[in-house]
Amino acid sequence: MSATNAVVRRGDRVFSGFAYGSGIAILVVLAAVAVFLIAQSLPAVTATPSQVNQGGMSFWEYLLPLTFGTIWAAALSLIFAVPLSLGIALFISHYAPRRLAGVLGNVVDLLAAVPSVVYGLWGITVLAPSIQPIYEWMTVNLGWIPFFSGPVSGTGRTILTVAIVLAVMIIPIISALCREVFLQTPRLNEEAALALGATKWEMVRMAVLPFGRAGIVSAVMLGLGRALGETMAVAMVLSPSVIISFFLLRSENPTTIAANIALNFPEAHDIGVNILIATGLLLFIITLVINGIARLIISKRAAFSGANS
Amino acid sequence: MNITRSGRVATIVAASAITALALAGCASNESNPTKSPSNLSGTFAGAGSSAQGSAQEAWIAAFQTDNPKVTISYDPAGSGAGREQFIAGGVAFAGSDSYLSDEELAKTFAACAPGTKPFEVPNYISPIAVIFNVEGVTELNLDATVLADIFSGKITKWNDAAIAALNSGVTLPDLAITAVHRSDDSGTTKNFTDYLNKVAPDAWTNAAAGVFPFTSGEGANGTSGLVDAVKNGKGTIGYADLSKAGGLSVAKIKVGDTFVAPTEKGASTAVASATVVEGRDASDLAFKIDRNLTDPNAYPLILVSYLIGCQQYADPSIGELVKAYAGYIVSEAGQAAGAAAVGLAPLTAELSKQASDIIAAIK
Repeated sequence: MSATNAVVRRGDRVFSGFAYGSGIAILVVLAAVAVFLIAQSLPAVTATPSQVNQGGMSFWEYLLPLTFGTIWAAALSLIFAVPLSLGIALFISHYAPRRLAGVLGNVVDLLAAVPSVVYGLWGITVLAPSIQPIYEWMTVNLGWIPFFSGPVSGTGRTILTVAIVLAVMIIPIISALCREVFLQTPRLNEEAALALGATKWEMVRMAVLPFGRAGIVSAVMLGLGRALGETMAVAMVLSPSVIISFFLLRSENPTTIAANIALNFPEAHDIGVNILIATGLLLFIITLVINGIARLIISKRAAFSGANS
Repeated sequence: MNITRSGRVATIVAASAITALALAGCASNESNPTKSPSNLSGTFAGAGSSAQGSAQEAWIAAFQTDNPKVTISYDPAGSGAGREQFIAGGVAFAGSDSYLSDEELAKTFAACAPGTKPFEVPNYISPIAVIFNVEGVTELNLDATVLADIFSGKITKWNDAAIAALNSGVTLPDLAITAVHRSDDSGTTKNFTDYLNKVAPDAWTNAAAGVFPFTSGEGANGTSGLVDAVKNGKGTIGYADLSKAGGLSVAKIKVGDTFVAPTEKGASTAVASATVVEGRDASDLAFKIDRNLTDPNAYPLILVSYLIGCQQYADPSIGELVKAYAGYIVSEAGQAAGAAAVGLAPLTAELSKQASDIIAAIK
């Protein structure tokens, strides 16, 4: 009786209407973007190699190196960013004195607010020139590892430099999320671990990390999303070519989809525009797939993460 | 109190001065109604070449100061986009690093009066400098074949025999060459590759293109990005507008039998000795630059950018505005302003007159 005749005030109607509206709006926007991308991409499928204008590459041959470059750059940046971010998050949540933790947290958040064009400027004017001698040393002394073989780039504007810049950009995202997750660890779990004689590191390993696993994965995925789509910093720093290459220190580096669009769109015309938009569609799909994988991981892990205990 | 009072006095003085000026303005207008340029009013837009972008900004600023009621905007969206928008009638004029192709000329120009064709005049000429950063080397002579081999990746060391042969007396280091090209689609690359292709067709077989045709070498975004990469790199070489060379060493290139450094004058000379593309209207000053000049006063590695508009506009009021603005750009004053602002090579007096005559006929 009381359930069916529940009082509905105007505020409830407005609020539920607004919530529904917002939910639908985001779907409509997404659908509109997808429709635009697909419609504009279709003419590109029939593009001839001369229209692609990349040394006789066909349209599909053009997509492959771009896909590789996008994922390669993002993956490299995660290699740097993930361990560092976890370290920062753990330090702030479990090691640092409270006052220092607050300051450090704010500083990390501040890093996230720096526009990417500034990171790009930093990359070309500071990082690349100062890291070039290190690259030179690496090709001489570590050149037997295929990744580091020469000839070394004379400017240091390689995919490795880009990965470092990207890592600096995504560290605040990953560490801020992880920090919040780690702070949620039930006090009882931590104290139980300590009571069983665990050291601090063992406590972190036994109580904090398992509890936060799903959170860590989603934080990494958010960071990965940013790295995949980052445009300006990559376009400014990287010395790009449309190639597939695993060498980290050479002048010829695989470029990313977003940077390639930014560099070539201003002068593109006719079917050239369609080709670039088609690569945009590809990026859209890559992001969708990676997000799907992340969801899958989170839903599988959530069951035994301890988050539901 | 005192402050307020003097403030009031100042206001009164200012107000009367403005009135006097306004009256004087009216008086001069009445006595000479057709000549005063400040009678012009209206808004129009252009789009195109990003190379011209900063020069257009300078011209617009100067023109609007003289004609306060006119508002002009220029979108440096790129040459191709500019031509497309102009043909579609979206903008009143275009700036373009290459002249209209025969195909484009055959189209209907939406902004122009039915049946009329556009005019084209060169308005932005800039020498392209070959810049390099090699420790201990300040002077360098290069010819087109060696340049082509460097940028295509065939020559990889600074002490290569081919470079040494052109630079007797210079100690070249045993250092890897990092050849930096533009990673974005650009008119500078198009003119640079056109030069290599025309002068050294055996070494550089690719036709002129805005996108660098090789996957080898180092790429950098925009003129400033390229100059930055050359400046901060080791054993680097690149190409950029002379005015943007930023204190880097500039190579001399072989013209005929001598090695010539890029100068504004050399660029103007090269354009003055170019031939007009045949089979077009008299108002179409599309130049075929002879990259194989032998005159040691000329520097044929240049970028020529054009101003494109209608000979007769569908809307005569727009025609009047474009006529005044374009007339200013190609005038000696306009070119001098451009040279001061962005370091373009001013049109020679003869060429400036030729362009002015074409623009004077705009309706």
